[in-house]
Formats: sequence, structure tokens, C-alpha cells
Amino acid sequence: MSAIATVDGHEEDHGHHHKETFITKYIFSQDHKMISKQYLVTGLIMGIIGIAMSILFRLQLAWPDHKFTIFEVLLGKFGTDGVMDPSMYLALVTIHGTIMVFFVLTAGLSGTFSNLLIPLQIGARDMASGFLNMISYWLFFLSSVIMVLSLFAEAGPASAGWTIYPPLSALPQAIGGSGTGMTLWLVSMAIFIASSLLGSLNYVVTVINLRTKGMSMTRMPLTIWAFFVTAIIGIVSFPVLLSAALLLIMDRGFGTSFYLSDIYIAGEVLHNQGGSPVLFEHLFWFLGHPEVYIVLLPALGITSEIIATNSRKPIFGYRAMVASILAIAFLSTIVWGHHMFISGMNPFLGSVFTFTTLLIAIPSAVKSFNYITTLWKGNLQLNPAMLFSIGLVSTFITGGLTGIILGDSTLDINVHDTYFVVAHFHLVMGISALYGLFAGVYHWFPKMYGKMMNKNLGYIHFWVTAVGAYGVFFPMHFIGMAGLPRRYYTNSYFPYFDDLSDTNVLITVFALITAAAQLVFLYNFIVSIFYGKKAVQNPWSSNTMEWTTPVEHIHGNWPGAIPHVYRWPYDYSKTNEDGEYVIAGQDYVSQITPLQDGEEEMHH
Amino acid sequence: MTVFLTIVVLALIGISLWQMSKILKLSQVKSDNSQVANDKDNNLQGKLMLAFVIFMYLLTIYCFVQYHSFFLPESASAHGVDYDRLMIISMVLIFVVQFITQGLLHFFAYTYRGKKENKALFFADNDKLEFIWTIIPVIVLAGLIIYGLFTWTDIMNIDEEEGDPLIVELYAYQFDWRARYAGQDNVLGKANVRFIEGVNTLGVDVSDSYGMDDKITNELHLPVNRKVIFKMRSQDVLHSAYMPFFRAQMNVVPGMITEFSYTPTMTSEEMKNSDFMVEKVATINKIRKKKSKKLVAAGDEALETYEFEYYLLCNKICGASHYNMQMKIVVESEEEYNTWLKTQQTFKDQLSAQASN
Repeated sequence: MSAIATVDGHEEDHGHHHKETFITKYIFSQDHKMISKQYLVTGLIMGIIGIAMSILFRLQLAWPDHKFTIFEVLLGKFGTDGVMDPSMYLALVTIHGTIMVFFVLTAGLSGTFSNLLIPLQIGARDMASGFLNMISYWLFFLSSVIMVLSLFAEAGPASAGWTIYPPLSALPQAIGGSGTGMTLWLVSMAIFIASSLLGSLNYVVTVINLRTKGMSMTRMPLTIWAFFVTAIIGIVSFPVLLSAALLLIMDRGFGTSFYLSDIYIAGEVLHNQGGSPVLFEHLFWFLGHPEVYIVLLPALGITSEIIATNSRKPIFGYRAMVASILAIAFLSTIVWGHHMFISGMNPFLGSVFTFTTLLIAIPSAVKSFNYITTLWKGNLQLNPAMLFSIGLVSTFITGGLTGIILGDSTLDINVHDTYFVVAHFHLVMGISALYGLFAGVYHWFPKMYGKMMNKNLGYIHFWVTAVGAYGVFFPMHFIGMAGLPRRYYTNSYFPYFDDLSDTNVLITVFALITAAAQLVFLYNFIVSIFYGKKAVQNPWSSNTMEWTTPVEHIHGNWPGAIPHVYRWPYDYSKTNEDGEYVIAGQDYVSQITPLQDGEEEMHH
Repeated sequence: MTVFLTIVVLALIGISLWQMSKILKLSQVKSDNSQVANDKDNNLQGKLMLAFVIFMYLLTIYCFVQYHSFFLPESASAHGVDYDRLMIISMVLIFVVQFITQGLLHFFAYTYRGKKENKALFFADNDKLEFIWTIIPVIVLAGLIIYGLFTWTDIMNIDEEEGDPLIVELYAYQFDWRARYAGQDNVLGKANVRFIEGVNTLGVDVSDSYGMDDKITNELHLPVNRKVIFKMRSQDVLHSAYMPFFRAQMNVVPGMITEFSYTPTMTSEEMKNSDFMVEKVATINKIRKKKSKKLVAAGDEALETYEFEYYLLCNKICGASHYNMQMKIVVESEEEYNTWLKTQQTFKDQLSAQASN
């Protein structure tokens, strides 16, 4: 009841618009549509940095003996004479992981589309708290700035891997990057967590309270379900990372021994006693694993929506999809130990985590099958967003299947921390989530900027990326099976790996091509903002509510009263008994269209 | 220079793609500039989807043909046989599922590519279908889980009482390994980094008599067909003792002792002379010879000819030289092992040698 009351309240006050200055409109905006664009642009800039780093270390891996001028130009004293410093290699790997996981795929993906779509798709004028939403973005911005600044630390940026396992991350004696670089990393991440929590709380409250009349939970688009559940796992798990980071800060700065014990380094014994790095691993992965799903679920939600729209078919098994999201979310919080099978943790725990981990394969399989069935007998409109969504299902399957090997404690023994792992998680969460991000941008660009992106550039972007991504990560499984460890600066110190070097070159070449294809996207993105074709109100003939708002953004989203919802969002190609579409000549029925005469509502 | 060329080539590819898209754009009929896929797009993209799955199949086949020599040779440890069997079963399963699902996904994308006059089927639910594809993974995974767990328990159940296991400490520090043999009594002396001093680089407790006959070495020698229990200790940061040929890995954690155990079943000689390894080493040496030619031409030293030895490597990021933290492993007959061990100094001798200096 309260939800309806709030909505009504908004309906009355939508008329008086505040006068907006440049600053309140474009910088400290409290409008969810502007904030979502801010997230997107910041995320893309961080993405450029993250991908550029991967190119640098891929060059190093492919041609370890070669001197690259670009190293000297970009890395300064860590690239003297064009030779990359080994600790800089680790720093690049570390920051690449951090940026891509947190700044691009958490904030850039979930931040962008949760902000854009939650109010628009549930029929709300804005987020529950526009102010908190603004704070959330600016904290994210601040943490991004600090993370980028940390690259300029004298002794190098954080270089203990994105998992920052102590003692390596706690002791500047162990590696230079664990000094100022690591401090800045921790500060940046602490702020990031605050930002993420404010955002997530806002999403949850908005979804629960601000749905328009008729928008029951079972009529919500799957995007909203995904964002909603993602926000919940974020709230459950991010605080644990904060405590892990706080304890690490204390170990580093105040002489405590949470993670440190019995250490002799740089010629002296440290006083620390009784701590355990395994504790840190538990705390880290308690966030770290749900994080994978924080990254992936929004992408799956976006894909569900785009595949249904472009197949001109309802998503197959709506309830099963929702149940899978819930099951994945629940299981994701009790599988973290599969990152730690050989960490020295009790082997019995390993058994339990194997069990829960392989359980996750079940809802994941259901989702994949449901996507495939949604395509079956559809009338597929192969827009770039649709291609990226199909691409996502493909990489999700490929990457997910190898998870069966890594999730099995026995099999993990010999592939743990090899390139097999790198291939697995890049496909299943990295590439898949990126595809989700791209799909979302192509699909909702008209809603964000009122313009259309060029589809042909979109096609080029997709196909080069699709071939390139498999070209990079498929062969990587094989060098992992050879027992090649990840995070090695060069493999030339083990002659046994000499025959893998050609494959490393191949991977790097594919990586270069794939990265170049992203420039096509950037070009398309920027040019379309300014010179793109003006969008119509509902370019993809979609059912969801965001396409009932005017193309020009207005504060409060709908010019008049907020429309009510009468049906679920997937009435595509619904026909009457005589085989005619429910609305003659139109294969979709918007959620705000009341039931037609004689039409039966689906049980949703 | 090659890099510069590569970048130039990539830039040119980028430009040509961009130009191609311009041409495409110009060649399009002006009336359809909606940027929404039309039938022509659907047709082309659908066909490309089909081509893509063929590309994936070919990539898979190419990788297996080209890279089959990358797979590790048959396991050199007893439990590794079970490991490999489980791996093969999982792999076959994965590739069957991969083949079918990717095929369906892309084939549907091709077959049902949109046409204006087509009508999609309103098909929202089917409990039976959904039940089927929930229950199939449940059964298959249950099988895998149970099989995996039995193997896991076997591997991880380390019983010092059973049989006559050899006790060896693996000691890791930035950036090298040491092995400490328990000596005559087969009991390791107590140790802690706080005891590190002079030659006592592993921090063995000098007041513990069990430690006196311990032998500290920088190669790991193991007698074939005897169970060995590794007790692992780290001096500074996390390391991981990875012995891929024995399907063995365990993290080495400062502040605690971690354990792993296996029975080596193939001596270094046997492995060197196996068909797999002879071929592999020949390939590697061919590559090294080619590289050496270049090096010599540039005035550098040629690379040494490679001869296979088992190795232990660090597999947990541990600092700048993480990439070169290795130790040679030799598996040999009981006699050879004993002969070698005799040549190694005991801890007591090391101490007295230091004292007399």
C-alpha cells in the first residue's frame, strides 16, 4: 500500500521542475539517467586503462626477449631500455584484474544499468534517494581517481595480484608495490565498497517500494530481478571485503597479527605471531566469489531482456529464470572455498565446497537451456545487442563447463593457478559480462542518448571481438593443461615450456586484434552521441516501460501520470485463438496496455 | 620494429574496417537508415552465426590436433592415475555438452533469423522440458561429485602410520626451495623462523635432538614406489609447491605446516625415455636450436640443450622473481636414493662445520 501512496505522491508533485544549472544537471546530478551515464563513461575510461594494461603484459608474455619502446614510454623507470621490470609485470596484472572486476564490470556494468533501468522499468520517477545515488557515483569516481593515482607510486602500484593475499600484500620488504601502492589500493577499494553499498541499498529499496501500480514482483522484467538480487548479494558480501581490508590495513600499519605469523624476511624476524593468511583468503573469497555473480547476473538479466525482445518471443521459463537467479545468488555465497582447495584449509571443507560448487552448475544449466529455447522458433532480429547476447550465452557455456573441472577439488589440484583458470574465468565472467555490457549499451543507447548507434560498426565490433575472444582464451586452456602457471613474468626459465611460446604469440596477436576492435566501439559510441541518427521512442518494439517515456529526458521520466502495468513484459507475438496478434498488426504488447477483450493473462 | 609494424598493420586493418563500414553505409538504400536490423541484416548475421559455430568447432579440433603434445604425460604418481581418469571423464562430458549446446545455440540463431513475414511462436513455459533439463544435470553432476569426492578423500587422507612413508619437509622462501629429510629417525626436528641464524637457514631448533640427523638439500630426491609425505613450511610469504607430473600441489603458508602426500611410480629415467618425453624434448630442442642461431648471430650465448628433469615450481604469486622459483626433482631407485642421501650433510655436521670455522 505504501508503495502506491509514494507513487501517487510523486504524481502530484511532478509538475514543478527545479531550475537546473550546468552543475546540478551534468556534474552533481541526482537524476538516475544522468548518473547512469556518468557510471558508464567512468567505467569505459577505466576499461580503456584496464585493457591497455593487458596489452602491455601480453606483449611481454609473447616476446619476453624483445625490447619494446612502448614499455619505456608508458612505464618509465619500470621499463628502462624497453625491458619490463618483473615487479611491474605483476603490478600490471594486479591492477588489470582490479580495474576490470570492480571498476568496469561491477560499477561500469551494474552501476550503469541498475541506475538507468530500475526506475524506468518499474515505473518510478527516480531512485528512492537521488542524493545517496549521487554520493554513490561520486565515491566511485573518487575511488577510481585514487586507483589511477596509485599507478604513480614511487615503488610501483599494488602488485600482489588482485586477490592481494598477505603476507605479500602486507610487507613492502616482500615486493615494492606493497608500500604506498598497496595503501592507495586499499583506500581506493574501501571507498569503492562504500559507493557500492550506497548504490545497492538504493536499488533494493527502490525495487521494493517504488513499483508502479500493477507491477507485481512476478511482472518485473528479468533485468530488474537480476539487478535486485545482485544488489542483495552486494550488500551481503561487500562489507566482508571491507573488514578483510581493514584488518589488512591494521596488519600493515599498526603491527597487529591477523594474517601474519612466523615471518623471516629481509634478514630479520618479524614480531608477528598467530595470524593466518588463510583467514584472509576466507574473508576475501567470501566477497570474491559472490563478486563473480555480482558481475555476471546483471549481464544475464540484460541478456534475458534483449534475447526475448529480439526473438519476438517471451523468455522461456520466466519463473525458472527467476528461480535460477535466486538459486545462483544463494549458492554463490556458500562456494567461496573452491578458490582455496589447496590453501591448507581442512580437506573436509574442500569436500563441502565441491558439493555446493557443482550445485551451481544446475541453475546455470537451466538458464542456458532456457536461452536456447527462447531462440527456438523465434523471429530473430539480429541487432548488435542481440548478437552480443547470443555471444554471452556462448561464452557463458564454454567458460561455465570448464568450471566443472575447477570446481572439483580433485581436478583443481593440478590446474589450480594455471592458465586453465585464467581461460576459465575470463570466458565465464570477463568476456560474458563484457558482452552483457556491450549488449546493454547497444540496446539502451537510444534511451540514454536519444540517438541510435551505427549498426554496421556494431556488427564489425561484435564479430571481431567474438572471434578474437575465443582466439585468446580457447588456446589458453591448453597451455594451462600443460601446467603453465599464471602470473609468470616470463616462461623462458623452464625449457619445458619452450614449445608453448608460439601459442603465447598467437594469443597476443588475437588480443591485439580484439583490443583494436574495441576502438571501433569507442568511435561508434562517441560519434553516435553527437551525430547519431535520432532515435524513435521504441526502436526495438519492446514491451518494457522504459520505452513509454519520451526520447527527450525529463526529470521524473513520464510527463504525465505514471502509467499502470497490466501484464508481464514478455507478451511478444502473443496471438488470440484465431492466430491473429493480440493487437492487430503488432507483434508486441506493452506492459502498460490493458488486457484486450477475450485475452487471457499468462499465470505470472 | 616488428611491434611497430604490427601496430601499423592493426591500425590499417582498423581503418579498412571503418572504410568498409562507410561503403556499406553508403551502399544502403537511403530510406532505411533506422539502424535497426532489417531482413537483409538478419539474413547475413544469421549466416555468420552458423559460420561462427563452425569456426568454434574447427578451433577446437585445431587446438586438439596442434596442442595435444601440451597435455602432461601419464602421471608419475600412484594417485595420479585416478586423477587422470576423472579428468578424462569430465573432459569428454564437457566437450559433448559444449558440442551440442553451442551447435543448438548458433544453429537456432541461423535457422530462425528474422523475416518480416515470419511469426514467432508464443512459447512461454513447458514444465516437462524444464524438469528434464534440470534433472539431467542433477544426475550427471551427482555422479561427478561422488566420484570426485572419493578420489579427493583418498588423496588427502594422509596417514603417517600406514606403511613406511618418507617424511620430507619442503621449505619455501623468496625465491627458492629447500628440502629437509628427516634422517635416520624419520622424524623432523622442530623448527621456527625465529631460530634462523648463520648456517641454520631453515630455523631448525638446535635443542631438538630429532633435528640433528636431518639433511637439508637443494634438490628433491625421491625413491620410487615409496610413499612420501611432504610437510611444507614458508619463511616469508605464500608460495605453492606445484609438481605437475605428480598431479600434486599444495600452498605453503607462513605460520602453519601444510601437507601433501603421494607415491612416485616412475623414475626420472623412465620418464625421460618414455615415447612422449623423447618426442617432446626433441621438439623443444629443435625450438631452442632455432633460437640459439638467432642469439649467436646477435653475439649472445647459445641456449643449452634441454634434458628433461622433473621439477617443482612455485605457483602462488610471491614476488618479483616468482617466475623462476624452481627445484629439481629426481625420482630414482631405492639404492640410488640411499647413495645420494649418504653424500648429503646432516644438520649436526653443518653446525659443527660452522663452529670450527
